[in-house]
Amino acid sequence: MDWEIVIGMEVHVQPKTRSKMFCGCSIAGLNEPPNSHVCEICLGMPGVLPVPNKAAVEACITCIKTALALNCEIPQHTKFDRKNYMYPDLPKGYQISQYDLPMSVNGYLEVGAGKVRIRRVHLEVDTGKLVHAGDKLHKAWESYVDLNRAGVPLMEIVSEPDLRSADEARDYAMELRSLLRTIGASEADMEKGQLRAEPNISIRRVGSSELGVKTELKNINSFRALHRAILYEVDRQQQALESGGEVVQETRGWSETEQRTFSQRSKEFAEDYRYFPEPDIPPLQLDRAWIEELRRALPELPSVRRARLLDQLPPAQVAVIGADRDLSDVYETAVAKGAPTLATANWIVNEIAPTGKLMSGQYLAELIDLLQQGAVTRDQAREVHLESVETGRTPAEIVAEHGYSQVSDPSELRVLAEAVIDANPKAAADYRGGKKQAMQALMADLRKRAPQANPKVANELLLKLLA
Amino acid sequence: MTSDDLTRLTITDASRLLRLGSISSADLVTAHVERIERLDKHVNAFLRFTPELWEKQAEEADRRIRQGDAPALAGIPLAIKDVLCVRGVETTAGSQILRGFKPPYTGTAVARLFEAGAVMLGVTNCDEFAMGSSTENSGYFPTRNPWDLERVPGGSSGGSAAAVASGEAIIALGTDTGGSIRQPAALCGVVGMKPTYGRVSRYGLIAFASSLDQIGPFARSVDDVAIVLSLMSGLDPLDATSSDRPGMEVLNNFGAGVKGMRLGVPREYYDVKGIEPGVKAAIDAALFILRQAGAEIVDVSLPHTDYGLAAYYIIAPAECSSNLARFDGVRYGLSEVDAPNITEEYQRTRRKGFGTEVRRRVMLGTYALSSGYYDAYYLKAQKVRPLIKRDFDQAFQKCDAIVSATSPTVAFPIGAKTQDPLSMYLCDVLTLGGNLAGLPGISVPCGTSDGLPVGLQVLGPQWGENVVLRVARAYEQASEMKAEVAAPSPLRGEG
Repeated sequence: MDWEIVIGMEVHVQPKTRSKMFCGCSIAGLNEPPNSHVCEICLGMPGVLPVPNKAAVEACITCIKTALALNCEIPQHTKFDRKNYMYPDLPKGYQISQYDLPMSVNGYLEVGAGKVRIRRVHLEVDTGKLVHAGDKLHKAWESYVDLNRAGVPLMEIVSEPDLRSADEARDYAMELRSLLRTIGASEADMEKGQLRAEPNISIRRVGSSELGVKTELKNINSFRALHRAILYEVDRQQQALESGGEVVQETRGWSETEQRTFSQRSKEFAEDYRYFPEPDIPPLQLDRAWIEELRRALPELPSVRRARLLDQLPPAQVAVIGADRDLSDVYETAVAKGAPTLATANWIVNEIAPTGKLMSGQYLAELIDLLQQGAVTRDQAREVHLESVETGRTPAEIVAEHGYSQVSDPSELRVLAEAVIDANPKAAADYRGGKKQAMQALMADLRKRAPQANPKVANELLLKLLA
Repeated sequence: MTSDDLTRLTITDASRLLRLGSISSADLVTAHVERIERLDKHVNAFLRFTPELWEKQAEEADRRIRQGDAPALAGIPLAIKDVLCVRGVETTAGSQILRGFKPPYTGTAVARLFEAGAVMLGVTNCDEFAMGSSTENSGYFPTRNPWDLERVPGGSSGGSAAAVASGEAIIALGTDTGGSIRQPAALCGVVGMKPTYGRVSRYGLIAFASSLDQIGPFARSVDDVAIVLSLMSGLDPLDATSSDRPGMEVLNNFGAGVKGMRLGVPREYYDVKGIEPGVKAAIDAALFILRQAGAEIVDVSLPHTDYGLAAYYIIAPAECSSNLARFDGVRYGLSEVDAPNITEEYQRTRRKGFGTEVRRRVMLGTYALSSGYYDAYYLKAQKVRPLIKRDFDQAFQKCDAIVSATSPTVAFPIGAKTQDPLSMYLCDVLTLGGNLAGLPGISVPCGTSDGLPVGLQVLGPQWGENVVLRVARAYEQASEMKAEVAAPSPLRGEG
């Protein structure tokens, strides 16, 4: 009998805020010195209190916007709770989180295969981090605590166990990232830890309705790693069960270097978090009218935009452009300025998406127009693109300045073609002798001598001269 | 005027003398320091002294007085409970676990009194992390009651109460989570007030139970308590639970007397189990005086009183178990770093740093919040809390303020209750309802029983500090029952 894979995702996202949530400390960059962004509040010194600040308000708004975009219900009352556990990266011995009255519940996200139900989206604060030798704190010789991240707001987005494969889990996470970027909630960069995906994985016999024992994976730093970690873990669980063993409920880390998961924390001694209402932060009342205002102000969501793009473009192009708010914006602006759909889409897919060299839709429309008129070659267009991104000047200005402009007049090009044949007697002879690929060498030389030559006309001339 | 006379003054008297130029702030400080030197080896009210601060602050006060722009408390000697952080001053919450800890910040209430010109003499002893009713749970030494050195001063703010009672300070700050200001004020024969929850910022207060803790003043007159409270009240951006109500409103109409006021006597408090006959007699006498002064005494009921005690001893330990988790030896305070691993390090640090009562409450609280017990204990206790509030709301439909004894007993002998935590917990039975409901309350001296002070408690509705102060002041005036400066027995006859 076959196995069915069951995956639920816990995703932590760092909303864009100007500071930590309960103190004025700014958000540290990745490479800043440890403990350079801390104060008595995020250090959990005796007698100090967490006070929700402007960043907390921003984080709440972002959390609610995210929840709305995920079709969640927003309750009228919400509050913060203390999640109690002792660990050296947790300065107060409890994490300020949300327990029984989270900021939102019961939503869904549409992903390729269908709807993935969202159990809740809530707000909490991040812990610090430990730096130590070895995987486990208990075995480390020496450990160092860095509290730069302690107090940074995090949204936790918890899905129901509706995902059935590594592909679906990855697609879910990517769709979530796209949505978060579209609504301006977060940069959601996995490598920077702004989006942390933790899959809860179990397997069961096809047809069974009971859930198997699950493991939770951590330390996943890219979508690729997410996919691989799930494949590895499913395989590990399958082997364990098929060889008569069992799956232990535990937290497992993903090792990027070894490409495997390893046991981090057994849930046999399940933590009892002893949640209770955070007495230092008064509960919040969420105004209905305000929530509706936030809902109305949401930008078009990726799924809606994708549906619209599919009316104009083949699915392959939509898959790339529709997944990114910036790319879709550029595409739609360019097309609105009169640029042809497919040529514009192809330029974005081939030239912008891989390099990240974003240019405005208006400039792109201009560039595509120059290309289609034959005013520049494709190579020149690439250069114009890069220069425009760097300098901010319009493609037309750059073309004029460089004197780029394709030469398509056969009488001018004939002289050039003759010179190329004279300079490459062996290639010319080879071609005449039947080696058609020798034409490539001749064309290459021609382009080197005259980058502005219209390659199509030049090629025709060479063919004629060598016939 | 002798040096000791200067240690019997109220704020009002001392301020007049300072402004007249009859004495200087330096004189006032010197008089208190001399008295401390003679007395405190017997009383043990103070844990440590702050000479650099008192010199600087007294000098500043004298300068401002000379310039004629003296703030309200210019030059007034102040003692501060060891749970309130003062920048650069060792602050340990009466615990070994924080030995040597010098906060880099000053709490808001203290900072406001400093701005008002108060002069800090030192840090007063208390039960460890404010957990206790006798100051015997201090991680350093017990404080003694200035009226009888063989007896406790009450707690947890016993050091502050004893300092004011013995003339070692004119005013002191304490904190009250279940009665920790009012009960020692009663046992030491001084005035002590717990404000409405949210009236005074908790910033800088080392938390015991965050939803119950409030900072409040001790003094030897109701007027002094009112002045100090008004100065430290009001919104603080560093405490999200602090109210934006103006601090000065606590003084509204507080001198108006009790004529025409209805004062409720809850039968559950009046006949509380274990109340001593001498205490009851003193309360009866106080009720008589209040009636004479024009108040109407009415019967009221607080039917959930019994559940209040049980709920309190679940909620307070639950919050404390979380609040005290930060004392792990990783960042400050005691740290047993030689342990083989982090769990062992936590255990060794906390076992060595925390005393018995603190460990007991951390365990009680952890238990009450644990899955499987949560519903039966913590959740149930949280459900009692609104019932307690409702009791008071209903009582305040029938009366303007509630009066009762502050403590069922007078000061008890040192060691009498240390072996029986439950009997110690019962000390709070008349005070902790005010904490659970977040209400303001005061204790004023109302005579003695067997030569030991008895306290009269006045509780008011939320934000009704002015009502509480008004009743307390009217009683103080009508009874001529001024808080006296105690002369501890080894010094009797010395004056």
